[in-house]
Amino acid sequence: MKANTKNKKDLFGPIKKWFTKLGRRFVDGSIGTKLSHFIFGAGNFYHKQFIKGALFLILQILIILFMVLCPSINGTPYGWKALANLPLNKVVEGGTFDPLTGEFSHGSDCKLIILFGFVTIAVIVIYFILWDRNVESSYKADMDEKIGKTPTSFVEDIKELFDSKFHITMLTPTLIAALVFTVLPTVFMIALAFTTYNAYDMNEIGTNLFHWNGFGNFAAVFTGEGSLGVEIKNRFFPVLGWTFIWAIFATLTCYFGGIVLALLINKKGLKGKKIFRTVFIMTIAVPQFISLLAVRNILGEYGPINALLMNLNLISEPIGFLGLQSGDSEVLAKVMVIVINMWVGIPYTMLMTSGILMNIPADLYEAAKVDGASTFKMFAKITLPYVIFITTPYLISSFVGNISAFNSIFLLTGGGPTYVGYQAGGTDLLVTWLYKVTIDQGMYNTGAVIGIFTFIITASITLITYRRSKAYNEEDTFQ
Amino acid sequence: MMNNKKVRSQSKAAKTSLTITYVLLIVLGIIWLVPLVWIILSAFRCEYRPDGTFVGTVVSNYFPKAYGLKNFTDLFTARYYGVDNAFPKWMLNTLIIAIIDCIISTFLVLSVAYCISKLRFRMRKPFMNMAMIIGLFPSFMSMIAIYFLLKSIGLTGNPNHPEYSVIGLILAYSAGAGLGFQVAKGFFDVIPNALVESAKLDGCTNFKIFRKVILPLAKPIIIYQALMSFTGPWMDFIFAKVIIGADNAAHWTVSVGLYSLLFGTHPDTNLFTQFAAGCVIVAIPIVTLFMFLQKYYVEGVTAGAVKG
Repeated sequence: MKANTKNKKDLFGPIKKWFTKLGRRFVDGSIGTKLSHFIFGAGNFYHKQFIKGALFLILQILIILFMVLCPSINGTPYGWKALANLPLNKVVEGGTFDPLTGEFSHGSDCKLIILFGFVTIAVIVIYFILWDRNVESSYKADMDEKIGKTPTSFVEDIKELFDSKFHITMLTPTLIAALVFTVLPTVFMIALAFTTYNAYDMNEIGTNLFHWNGFGNFAAVFTGEGSLGVEIKNRFFPVLGWTFIWAIFATLTCYFGGIVLALLINKKGLKGKKIFRTVFIMTIAVPQFISLLAVRNILGEYGPINALLMNLNLISEPIGFLGLQSGDSEVLAKVMVIVINMWVGIPYTMLMTSGILMNIPADLYEAAKVDGASTFKMFAKITLPYVIFITTPYLISSFVGNISAFNSIFLLTGGGPTYVGYQAGGTDLLVTWLYKVTIDQGMYNTGAVIGIFTFIITASITLITYRRSKAYNEEDTFQ
Repeated sequence: MMNNKKVRSQSKAAKTSLTITYVLLIVLGIIWLVPLVWIILSAFRCEYRPDGTFVGTVVSNYFPKAYGLKNFTDLFTARYYGVDNAFPKWMLNTLIIAIIDCIISTFLVLSVAYCISKLRFRMRKPFMNMAMIIGLFPSFMSMIAIYFLLKSIGLTGNPNHPEYSVIGLILAYSAGAGLGFQVAKGFFDVIPNALVESAKLDGCTNFKIFRKVILPLAKPIIIYQALMSFTGPWMDFIFAKVIIGADNAAHWTVSVGLYSLLFGTHPDTNLFTQFAAGCVIVAIPIVTLFMFLQKYYVEGVTAGAVKG
């Protein structure tokens, strides 16, 4: 509660401050500053900062040209036309009528319309940031002159970028790269979740363009009226449930298995620690597509394990361990992926907890021994609490990681056993289903809905646990 | 007397528990090695059917009946998906991608981690929150969007320049790398601020501090990041498959190629023994790297686990 009211006060404070600053800049500023509200870099020219002013001016001209001239790729425009395209549900410019076939092609690609729309919005945001920076830099020069300093020269500005503003230099490459290749695609996919866009309805030739569908695709989870048909309604909750069961079991088995293995390997008096460690680390070092596909094949219909079991007369015909055929047992496949995942995950936890185990103060054990505690009791009362206390962040992040553990499922079972008429098989997680729906089926809007649900799950878990933890809230206090 | 007996029985108990530990570890070790050894054995398997045809699929005997190098020679000379010498091409391709990705990613991660850890500025917390929120979206969701994006600028699916897909994939791998700064930040956090402060008193700029004070101390984390980003392209195959495209076999990475030997549309699919041979060739350098740099890997993993 307390935190909430504080946040509310803080929310309006900066906004108010910002607006007063804007007003003051215009009223108090020199002619140059006033002018730079409309022409970028005018203030800098006024203060004889020619290079800086020219840079601002060139950027302004480029953005305005971009907005007015609307360069286009594959017939889909950027600029104001891209903005005009965004809300419309009708055929957009660039369409051609072919009199020979009598077909109308709109010529624009739906996905590009949405994509370019967001790029254009991003450009507009950049324009306003530049506008703010340009007025600010002119105003700063005003202030410098007022107190008798000469405004900073271009060389001084560059020098600043390596000292007090070094973070700008260092973060800009990442920020640009992340905006273009991470943020933009994510925002784009979130937008797709609210449209009717999928590869089948929206083919390149035809008069059908996407339209905004509100929360219709989300409601399809209950109504079954989306691009995926009844599948989303019938399979969503089973897949969701299995995703949780999988994440819980995969996390806990690997976690405790890893601790036990670390204890075994680090046992006092044990020789050949290094050899044992190396054996287990092998599974981490070998790429997963190799190790998991090896397991898949060794357990396969004609593989050595089935042959061995048949030779021992334990079974009369091969067992479908991994549900690769549609008639195979779903429960067995589920158990198998969890067990095989232990094979992959335990060495990792072992490696991680080994160091932590060594750091447990030895006198704790000595004291317990004097009191006559058994080995198991010492494990339960000293080792485990200590390790869990230190690795709680890891436990959370590995749970979140397991919710979107793609490789373990995709490479082992491929989501099988499959059910006739459905994409999502018995062991499919939300992420592997998402993959099938988007990449194999091209049902982008429904895929985006599944992705958003996955995000909601992982985000709520992280926010609830991680943001309350000391590691986050006090991350910069302990240095 | 009594005391002596107690000590002896204790040491006896310790001995039995040690023996049990040995047995357990050996059994577990065998379980862990069975699939990996099987891949190596399959790579060297050289069996023929009675009619003289080569057995290239999965067979039920764990140990091969005959050994040879045929799988390796076939792998290097075969024409897969209409591409001559496909496997060496895939290897070279992956190597190029891995090296460039390694350089770009490591640079981005280090610069971001240093800023977040040692500098204080207005956008610091918002930037950290953004990185965290974006990281929580499943990467497979935006994968298709990245493909669209790259395609619209001709960096993949370009009929005239199929080789541009490689640039597209490098961008896809390394562009988001800077947001994965958490482990490196945890490492920088441990470097005492006093070092930075005293350098500042000596008149060092932030750039100089980064170059002369921080970077020399950051060797372990540089090696960890470089190892992670270098091995990434060898291990990933989903991104590579989607971004480079299923019909662009000449520019696949090695993992996509090997995967397609098992499940592809090649005339004689299920080339399991050749797949195994390829796995051995890919795994040897990567496992060697890991073993040599184990210390740094463990350091990074532990730091990441405790800091979250």
